[in-house]
Amino acid sequence: MRFEDLLAGDGRVEPRDEMPDAYRRTLVRQIAQHAHSEIIGMQPEGNWISRAPSLRRKAILMAKVQDEAGHGLYLYAAAETLGVDRADLLDQLHTGRQKYSSIFNYPTLTWADVGAIGWLVDGAAIVNQVPLCRCSYGPYARAMVRVCKEESFHQRQGFEILHTLAHGSPAQHAMAQDAVDRYWWPALMMFGPPDDDSPNSAQSMAWGIKRFSNDELRQRFVDMTVPQAEALGLTLPDPDLRWNDERGHHDFGEIDFTELYEVVRGNGPCNADRIAHKVRAHEDGAWVREAAAAYAAKREAGAA
Amino acid sequence: MTTPVTPAGFVLGLADDALVSAQRMGWWISRAPELEEDLALANIGLDQLGQARALLTYAGELEGTGRTEDDLAYLRDDRDFRNVWLVERPQTDFGVTIARLLVFATWQSELYAALASSADLTLAGVAGKAVKEVAYHVDHARLWTLRLGDGTEESHRRMQDALDAEWPYVEELFVADPDAPIDPATLRDAVLGRVGEVVAAATLTVPEVAPSVGGGRRGLHTEHLGHLLAGMQHLHRSHPGVTW
Repeated sequence: MRFEDLLAGDGRVEPRDEMPDAYRRTLVRQIAQHAHSEIIGMQPEGNWISRAPSLRRKAILMAKVQDEAGHGLYLYAAAETLGVDRADLLDQLHTGRQKYSSIFNYPTLTWADVGAIGWLVDGAAIVNQVPLCRCSYGPYARAMVRVCKEESFHQRQGFEILHTLAHGSPAQHAMAQDAVDRYWWPALMMFGPPDDDSPNSAQSMAWGIKRFSNDELRQRFVDMTVPQAEALGLTLPDPDLRWNDERGHHDFGEIDFTELYEVVRGNGPCNADRIAHKVRAHEDGAWVREAAAAYAAKREAGAA
Repeated sequence: MTTPVTPAGFVLGLADDALVSAQRMGWWISRAPELEEDLALANIGLDQLGQARALLTYAGELEGTGRTEDDLAYLRDDRDFRNVWLVERPQTDFGVTIARLLVFATWQSELYAALASSADLTLAGVAGKAVKEVAYHVDHARLWTLRLGDGTEESHRRMQDALDAEWPYVEELFVADPDAPIDPATLRDAVLGRVGEVVAAATLTVPEVAPSVGGGRRGLHTEHLGHLLAGMQHLHRSHPGVTW
């Protein structure tokens, strides 16, 4: 079936189908950025594996960070169906030619940040990603179904960490509130620039990659999160946040996107550290990957 | 005839081996040579942590003090830890991690297999579950030992260096404990036999080195354990008595 007909009938584009180069390029960029976000996202939470305050929390956190590595694998595999390979995508990440979500350039300063990432960052990711389960490109849509299932599990775990802290000692409560204060605005920025300043959105919508606008998704996240914050007994750091009966939505304060653009540009608290960590791990592992390749080649030569 | 009581100290030793090893393994998550290996090492660390939790809980019951897994993990100082030196030293080289895992997981697999038919039914239950997990750890370490030993010149050299570095700490695993349900001394031939076969198949050599004096089972450790525990315990200890 022709590409346009597939899109018109809300069908799925599969790897062997013909597709415009620009569609392919957009998907590669988006899926790669998504995969990179999963693996860079291992670092801020991995930062607390060694210090998790109970063995149960340590086990949950290790499993969560492991899930992120797994998401990275599904997503790189989905990108590879478009004719690129993982090693090349990683090279583009390491050299700054491809991006990852800016949220991971913020530091995890306290244990409560692990909870805030689960609740707010994974919560925002879910709102962004659930519509991607209906994305026009089949392999991406299918990868997202698996990712979303695990993300909603992570979001509940993050909520539970914060709930325990918010109902614990005064120091624990303060730790939870401080984490929410620091992560709230960056989480809202995860939905991207406002609709009137988002040049690529219209094309992605026409291609069935994107289903809702940035501002629609952001509003959905705010509406979903406000009652959860009340259940936690924590405050969202926005004096303008209130229910608007007329709109049937929460109003919220203006987002300072200048900070987002600074962080995207590389001037966030952890940009340099995140990439340096990733590059070091990759370089330190080169001899291992070379050994595995040499060993496999010897076996193949022996079998021939 | 009454069932012999398992000494709490023996269970604590196994628990601490698993806990300290899991703590070291957790370091690799986000630092492994490839993404598949991040997953695999996380998996192994999680298994070890699960074993540690079950064994710590049981050690607390045996000693009858009401200490929980977290009390034992977070509120003991290094002089009260009972793990062997093999697992507590830093491991930031992949070859070292594999060499250590090969020895440690093979030892665990022999020990857990024997304990799985112990008269102590709680210990037998923990060991019966763990023996399946460590079979995977042994296999993972075996495959990497083969690849690194028989890969490139560099990897062969580095894997041999790793074996040489770990070998002084192997003998401590077999220190005799006649009161234990399984005396670790009786496992020596089986463990070293299995490990030796893998090392030879990987074109590597079993090092001939004098064993380190050891002392972990008596609470005498290297300087490294104190730092590991400082990181692991600090948050828990900073907020006494709270729930996490």
